[in-house]
Amino acid sequence: MKVITLIVGIIAIAFIAWWFLGKHDASVEQAKVNSTNQTVNIQVKGGYSPEKVVLKKGVPATLNFKRLDSSSCLDHVIFSDLGINQELPKGQVEQVKIDTSKAGEYDWECSMNMFHGKVIVK
Amino acid sequence: MKITTRFWISLVLSLPMLVEMIIHPFTGWMLPGGNWTMLAFTTVIMLISAGPFVSSAWSAFLKHHSNMDTLVALGTMITYLYSIYAMFTGRPVFFETAAFVITFVLLGQVLEAKMRSNASSAISKLVNLGAKEALVKRGTEFVKVPISQVVKGDLIQVLPGQKVPVDGRIVSGTSNIDESMVTGESMPVAKKAGDQVIGSTINQNGSFVIEAEKVGNDTMLAQIIEIVKKAQNSHAPIQKLTDKVANVFVPTVLIIAIITFLVWFVFLNKSVPTALNYAVSVMVIACPCALGLATPTALMVGTGLGAKKGILIKNGEILEAANNLTAIVFDKTGTITKGKPQVTDVIGNKLVVLQVAASLEKLSEHPLAPAILTAAQTENVEMKDVTDFKAIEGHGIKGIIDGKTVFVGKPEIDQYTVETKMSDAITKLQKEAKTVVIVAMDDKVIGLIAIQDAPKETAAKAISDLKAEGLKTVMLTGDNRQVADSVAKQVGIDQVIAEVLPIDKADEIKKLQHNYKVAFVGDGINDAPALTQADVGIAMGSGTDVAIDAGGIVLIKNDLEDVVRALKLSKKTFKRIKLNLFWAFIYNILGIPIATGLFAGIGFTLSPEIAGLAMAFSSLSVVISSVLLGKAKI
Repeated sequence: MKVITLIVGIIAIAFIAWWFLGKHDASVEQAKVNSTNQTVNIQVKGGYSPEKVVLKKGVPATLNFKRLDSSSCLDHVIFSDLGINQELPKGQVEQVKIDTSKAGEYDWECSMNMFHGKVIVK
Repeated sequence: MKITTRFWISLVLSLPMLVEMIIHPFTGWMLPGGNWTMLAFTTVIMLISAGPFVSSAWSAFLKHHSNMDTLVALGTMITYLYSIYAMFTGRPVFFETAAFVITFVLLGQVLEAKMRSNASSAISKLVNLGAKEALVKRGTEFVKVPISQVVKGDLIQVLPGQKVPVDGRIVSGTSNIDESMVTGESMPVAKKAGDQVIGSTINQNGSFVIEAEKVGNDTMLAQIIEIVKKAQNSHAPIQKLTDKVANVFVPTVLIIAIITFLVWFVFLNKSVPTALNYAVSVMVIACPCALGLATPTALMVGTGLGAKKGILIKNGEILEAANNLTAIVFDKTGTITKGKPQVTDVIGNKLVVLQVAASLEKLSEHPLAPAILTAAQTENVEMKDVTDFKAIEGHGIKGIIDGKTVFVGKPEIDQYTVETKMSDAITKLQKEAKTVVIVAMDDKVIGLIAIQDAPKETAAKAISDLKAEGLKTVMLTGDNRQVADSVAKQVGIDQVIAEVLPIDKADEIKKLQHNYKVAFVGDGINDAPALTQADVGIAMGSGTDVAIDAGGIVLIKNDLEDVVRALKLSKKTFKRIKLNLFWAFIYNILGIPIATGLFAGIGFTLSPEIAGLAMAFSSLSVVISSVLLGKAKI
């Protein structure tokens, strides 16, 4: 019994290390662009999907965040480089406008800095 | 469901179990229905109150992420499921543990959410400052229109007690205006036609009409809000460590919890419940939230507090840099001095001397001309007509008044006869670092005018305060050494770098940076390169867009004491960040080993309930500590 527990425990540790700490691909989404603007819908549930958003430079962009998660961790989305701190009431779509005049990478994070996402303007 | 509702449900259903736990040892009282009642209550708590933790943790898990919810969900689910198994196999149950942990964690989150909105209140206060309507001239009448419809060039009437709606210039009327909400200046400021007014300040007694100059996002208030927003959400370099820790925190804690279980159960031969208790305690006590909240909340409160006093610190990086400064460099003109040269002495027949000088200077564009003209105006001197006006580059100006050749210029010109009395006066005035001009008529010096840009009243006090903080004080100026030295002496500055061209100021800062961490204080007009070069650029008073862009700290008032306050605020905020981080780290570093049962040998252990309570209050205490910073005196 104890030997089995020990083996199961060690397997669990290995799994946790691999699952959380190993390298995994994040979901990427290209913005839907039309001539006047581009939008991306981002679902907020246990993190962000997609976690990486690619925007076209020079086209006004809107990210539509919709929070479906009750965790208070995720109740704000913060773009520290852009000075954006947007409250995300649960179940509502909140628009975040991104200035795409300059190419670059802008990180976003939850209010406790545990979940992250990234906007790439190019 | 709202977090508050989840908390109350959980509290109400936990209370009977708490009562039983406390009085059972004394009276033997048990809940009616025993384990079945506990199972029912706890199941409701797990479904309604803890459900969101579990679903959040699961969606995060699918994305290879983990957070606090992961720990809480796993810890309580394990306890709950084990208790059900234990109940049906006739072993002791501990439903109440799961229930209490959920209650405590939710209590912490409810309080924390309140405190967090408290910490970020500065921005909404600023936003609410803005006026909603304005009395705008349309045709011949002033009519009320929403603020969004006001455009540049509109004439706007401001009545007593009203807010000035936008930035502009007074065209008619006078009043006293309370500008404290924007500049932090507590005394009302008297304003007359031609003066600038700032939007959202309050008109006290008079009525006046302004011409709108800046509206919408260009107003000073809008710019301040923009800066504060960016500052409050910026990162401080000190956070980097916590960011790294946060990424591996939860998985590491999970691994420690498994090891804890294995050690107690497999190696120390304890029962499953005992080993499980320790493992769950580990999961529940670990608190990544406190780490995540330590820096942003303090930064938010600190920068918000500054904004209230007219001190805008741009971001966390600047705030941190402001803590390591060893030298502070001031621009002279307009920063240490008032920036407006004034006539201090007139030697000779005052009225005649001023009349001749002012009549000539009226035609000149020399920087000292306004000082002489102002002095002539206050003495009510009548201007004479000048013919044959001529500027002699680098020397002075000459012309003919009433048939006599007159000259105003540098005393170094030796073609005029100077009486000993006059030449003694020149030497004396120059020793006082005043700029002296001679006024000559027909080859003879008839008088002298001394002009000086006097230091600000608050300069000496501010400099001595900065020295008391251990900073080396330096003055950087394009002026000549004698004038610079004298001003430096008056206000107590340590070192003077004089005769520096504006374009070389940044290089001088660079030289100082070999030995010092340098802050540069300037009014921004031609200081932008120096402001950018310095470790911390402090732009003062001018409110020019260039300075706001170049400065790391922007002072809205033109008060040197605000430099002292800004540095003090940075120090206090940074200290608070360090204190928060210290507690958040030490809490986890001490809490986790205790929870594993490492000190069980000396009877020192933590039950999961207590661990849950400690966890809830560790993140709460960090937020409270940040909010308290808002009460600090600066």
